[in-house]
Amino acid sequence: MQAVSIEVKNVVKRYKHIVALADLSFTVSKGEIFGFIGPDGAGKTTLFRILTTVLLADSGEALVEGLDVVRDYKKIRKLVGYMPGRFSLYMDLTVEENLTFYATIFGSDIKQNYHLIKDIYSQIERFKDRRAGQLSGGMKQKLALSCALIHKPSVLFLDEPTTGVDAVSRMEFWEMLRRLRESGITIVVSTPYMDEAGLCDRIALIQNGHIMKIDKPEGIISNYPHRLYSVKTDDIYRLLTDLKEYPGAGSVQAFGQSAHLAFTEDLPDRSHLSAYLEQRGHRHIGIEKTEPNIEDCFIDLMVTPGVDG
Amino acid sequence: MKRFWGFVVKEFYHIFRDYRTLLILFGMPAVQLLLFGYVITNEIKNARIAVLDLSKDEVTRKITEKIVSSGYFLLEKNLTGYHEIEESFKQGNIKMVIVYGAEFSGNLQKKGVADIQILGDASDPNTANILVNYARGIVNNYLVSLNVGDIPAMVVPEVRMQYNPELKGVYMFVPGIMAMLLMLISALMTSISITREKELGTMELLLVSPLRPVQIIVGKVIPYVLLAFIDACIIILMGKYVFNVPVEGNILLLLMEAFLYIVMALSLGILISCITNSQQIAMTMSLLALMLPTILLSGFIFPVENMPVILQWLCRIMPPKYFITIVKAIMLKGNGLLYVWKETLILIGFTTIFILLSVKKFNVRLEP
Repeated sequence: MQAVSIEVKNVVKRYKHIVALADLSFTVSKGEIFGFIGPDGAGKTTLFRILTTVLLADSGEALVEGLDVVRDYKKIRKLVGYMPGRFSLYMDLTVEENLTFYATIFGSDIKQNYHLIKDIYSQIERFKDRRAGQLSGGMKQKLALSCALIHKPSVLFLDEPTTGVDAVSRMEFWEMLRRLRESGITIVVSTPYMDEAGLCDRIALIQNGHIMKIDKPEGIISNYPHRLYSVKTDDIYRLLTDLKEYPGAGSVQAFGQSAHLAFTEDLPDRSHLSAYLEQRGHRHIGIEKTEPNIEDCFIDLMVTPGVDG
Repeated sequence: MKRFWGFVVKEFYHIFRDYRTLLILFGMPAVQLLLFGYVITNEIKNARIAVLDLSKDEVTRKITEKIVSSGYFLLEKNLTGYHEIEESFKQGNIKMVIVYGAEFSGNLQKKGVADIQILGDASDPNTANILVNYARGIVNNYLVSLNVGDIPAMVVPEVRMQYNPELKGVYMFVPGIMAMLLMLISALMTSISITREKELGTMELLLVSPLRPVQIIVGKVIPYVLLAFIDACIIILMGKYVFNVPVEGNILLLLMEAFLYIVMALSLGILISCITNSQQIAMTMSLLALMLPTILLSGFIFPVENMPVILQWLCRIMPPKYFITIVKAIMLKGNGLLYVWKETLILIGFTTIFILLSVKKFNVRLEP
């Protein structure tokens, strides 16, 4: 087991009557990419703010690099890099000025740690005299990441870094994160996109302030208790309701143009299901056995009570 | 220290990239001063008058000439009868009518008494009052110089308006505008610039950075100290060279007092931004809570002594009041620190209170 970077024990946070974080506990090892996967409002941002010391938890304990987030907040602030959910860039400053500014206030300069951000920054360097406000979403995100990295933090907190960014930039971004891991930085990242979960070393599925499960992505998938058919017909909307009425059917979820149909017992015969759908007036029926993805697991955990990570 | 200067440099970028801020910073003092100096004035120049001369002799012509040549009045027309007086006033541009009775010179010579009537358009009472007084003074002067008839020996007081002999309104407006503008720039601009960071979410990152709260606040404030100080100089220079308002006292002392006042206003701005999280509220608070009292309750326009007692008490907690007193004392009377130390101490007191409160209120985290 590797050394521990972040340790959280029984952290609770309430906003008036709403429970944002309900008794969270987890550990993050040094140098891993740890992902928090969950929908908006799951408590991801609150958790990140507590770990970056700008918010106080109501109870519980949290250590970052062995330092207490309440007592040693000044020391932690020197160690961490943080990219908040909203792009915290100065829109009236140019790309280079933003980077210089963040380097300076963390007591560093661009030259010193250029190697860390080279991969990322080189992509936007030709726009260095452009105001940050005029950059595209993907470029803003690269700049924000550069700004969070420029002082060579030991732990990097990225709160929904890929929200509002196009698919290509998202993939590029994750490649960068995986390269960054090589330099030994612990990366804690949150995302509402389930398809990004597989790119983390370990993930925590979080919902309504509860962590439902923590594991490697493969581990979560292999623990999925059901078997799945991926079904496709000419009428996806009617298909969803019809599948729910199929005898023995578990959950039904739409994935693009097809639907995932779960069975707790063994899968029924493919021809039987096909006949059932034909009888209901579906055409161009395609049925395939499929492997579960993280979203299937997430939805399954959501509806199954009492499964707590 | 390097961190801190990096922060200050960033603040300057913000200010110089935002042309609206710049316009407010440097356009406002000039525009306000010109407005107050030229437009909103209670001095009389070239008031239009009419004369109904039923005598038309040497003396009445001389008096009319004296009045017109004083520079305050402009003879618009000569009337021919009483019925035209009403009509002239109704037309609106005639502010005063002078009527000489018949046989003016003769009566003056023989009886020592002559009839002269001065009618003012009192729909604007202040102006009418001033005009009539001016005219009366001119007539009296002339009659005294004539020394005709049996004018009884009388005491003629020689009035001298100390420190502002010509009763120029600008003398009052320069200190007033200085108090108002420095307050506006300092308090409004800092409170907005701090709350803007809160709104944009950049404050979150600044908090996570190793920058200390004091560094963030002082870094925010330094550019505005400089800019507000430049504004103070602009106002003093414009006052001196455009409106001929003298600086009788020590200019260094004046600038130091201005500096103190700026720091006071800035700390008030910081306090406002520590209390609120939105630019909108910060702006409203600065404008309502600072601007109006500065204009109305500082003795800038309305004398404090004439206010109801409750308002007078309220005036005493308005920092601009003390600053205006100081500026007037130094600029117009040429007083030294010896005469304004009390006001200076009060300003220092305000500053200390605001700074202490702000430091207490400033959050090292996002919520209490």
